[in-house]
Amino acid sequence: MKVASEVPRLDVQRLRADFPILDRKVHGKRLVYLDSAATTQKPEAVIEALSHYYRTFNANIHRGIHSLAEEATEAYEQTRRKVASFIGGVEPRSIIFTRNATEGLNLVAYAWGRHHVGSGDEILLTEMEHHSNLVPWMLLAREKGAVLKHIPITDEGELRLDCLSDLMTARTKVVSVTLVSNVLGTINPVREIADAAHRYGALMVVDGAQGVPHLPVDVRALDCDFLAFSGHKMLGPTGVGVLYGRPELLMNMEPFLGGGEMIREVRLDRATWNDIPWKFEAGTPNIADVVAFSAALDYLEAVGMDAVRAHEVELTGYGLERLLSLGWIKIYGPRDPDRRGGVLAFNDPEIHAHDLSTILDQYGIAIRAGHHCAQPLMRRLGAAATSRASFYLYNDRDDIDALVEALIAAGKYFGRNTRVHPAG
Amino acid sequence: MSDLRELYQEVILDHNKKPRNFRRLEGANATAEGYNPLCGDQITVYLELEGDVIRSISFQGAGCAISKASASMMTTSVKGKTRAEVEALFDRVHKMLTRELDTKVNSHELGKLAVLSGVCEFPARVKCASLAWHTLNAALEAKKEPVSTE
Ligand SMILES: Cc1ncc(COP(=O)(O)O)c(C=O)c1O
Repeated sequence: MKVASEVPRLDVQRLRADFPILDRKVHGKRLVYLDSAATTQKPEAVIEALSHYYRTFNANIHRGIHSLAEEATEAYEQTRRKVASFIGGVEPRSIIFTRNATEGLNLVAYAWGRHHVGSGDEILLTEMEHHSNLVPWMLLAREKGAVLKHIPITDEGELRLDCLSDLMTARTKVVSVTLVSNVLGTINPVREIADAAHRYGALMVVDGAQGVPHLPVDVRALDCDFLAFSGHKMLGPTGVGVLYGRPELLMNMEPFLGGGEMIREVRLDRATWNDIPWKFEAGTPNIADVVAFSAALDYLEAVGMDAVRAHEVELTGYGLERLLSLGWIKIYGPRDPDRRGGVLAFNDPEIHAHDLSTILDQYGIAIRAGHHCAQPLMRRLGAAATSRASFYLYNDRDDIDALVEALIAAGKYFGRNTRVHPAG
Repeated sequence: MSDLRELYQEVILDHNKKPRNFRRLEGANATAEGYNPLCGDQITVYLELEGDVIRSISFQGAGCAISKASASMMTTSVKGKTRAEVEALFDRVHKMLTRELDTKVNSHELGKLAVLSGVCEFPARVKCASLAWHTLNAALEAKKEPVSTE
């Protein structure tokens, strides 16, 4: 493993105690939560921050002169500064709060795309994108008569960068790629793609929904122009997303939604816009959840993103090894844990993912089954559905052992004769 | 785990492994496609109707054990039935899946289909079991109004 030994090991038992939900039982069994790629569980500190906000300084922001409004505004803006520092120390004005990663990507496609992409221009995506990094571009392409192109993947689930030079042209206006695939787990070489995009004068957009929660991310090292991610996939509450945008771009962009907060001066027939980032935050934002998101960032900083990543590499390696040792499980994506995030999509060739998920649920194990909002990728993989186990800092080897035991049990329901291999 | 045993009964597993009437139907005069966007299950039902009577029926598609077994059992239980009889049976099946019908008392109305009653313990899976029936319904409807825009 590449990860240096100076990265401290996570004390998962101690961390688990911070997550109240992990104490609960499902069908009388210990909850084994392996669906963090969908949304993560929340530590006590985040739950407490949310309730503390409503109990002590709930007020609308940026518009009151009373103490509560000032405190709420300060807490909201402090979260913005924390996010800016979390992704590599960018300027706070480059951070826009959205509802989720999806809204961030839509914002770029709409507010930037509609003014910079025209008929015959090209938008370059990949075959492994989540619907939220496909559909906004489809809408844009349809409206403008632009052309969608996709970087293909290898059978192991990695981007075919050898195709890049053929796919990029003078008409390429924007390249949008996920940092980590939510199905294959593949970590994409975003920097290399960004360099190519910039050589052609195209914009580089990164879907960070599965990347930012799990890897140390430095926007400047990625050299991307936009980066979208969701707070709820990184210990934060639902309803908060982040869009990072290069300030020079944001300043020259038209607004996304119109309304209060995003304006400077309004006449009956015209208006001028507020400064960035507020130009892109129309209406009362999700103040409470943004404030509570701050506690999630504190939590991750205290644990350390290097340690989170090292932990997931270790767990993913163990998970790959145990699932493959069963002998009948098909795994999608790269085999090398250093090249992938903590997402394992797999199939039992004899049991449909939904049946598997129903059976695992009876064992207290939460996984995801289906197309994972990546139907084009599923078609490319030739799978109608897959099961997916995904990990976070509160998972440990016991969780993977429980998964493996339950997969063996599921096989028995479906008439498979198996001898149980000893763990490890 | 007794609910699981109820759900995945031998008969269901058998129909899943060896689905009956699992083919394209040559000479079909009504077909419909059913799709469950949530999970990606997909099924096509082929009918050969003679007047009001289902002379022959088959299906194809991809889905979980519950949807496949339900489709397979459906094809064996509606062959030779009239439209009205099929509608009445679907009504029974639907009530069984949503627990509106006490299968212990009414199992004679359902015949072999009663083995699917375990599904009602798994609300998320009711759609899997009813997909084939909804698709059959659509095929029958399409036949009623032959002017289809599709
Ligand atoms: C790779 C990827 N992109 C985007 C999203 C969308 O995230 P959200 O639903 O929070 O907007 C997800 C969530 O599943 C994802 O995995």
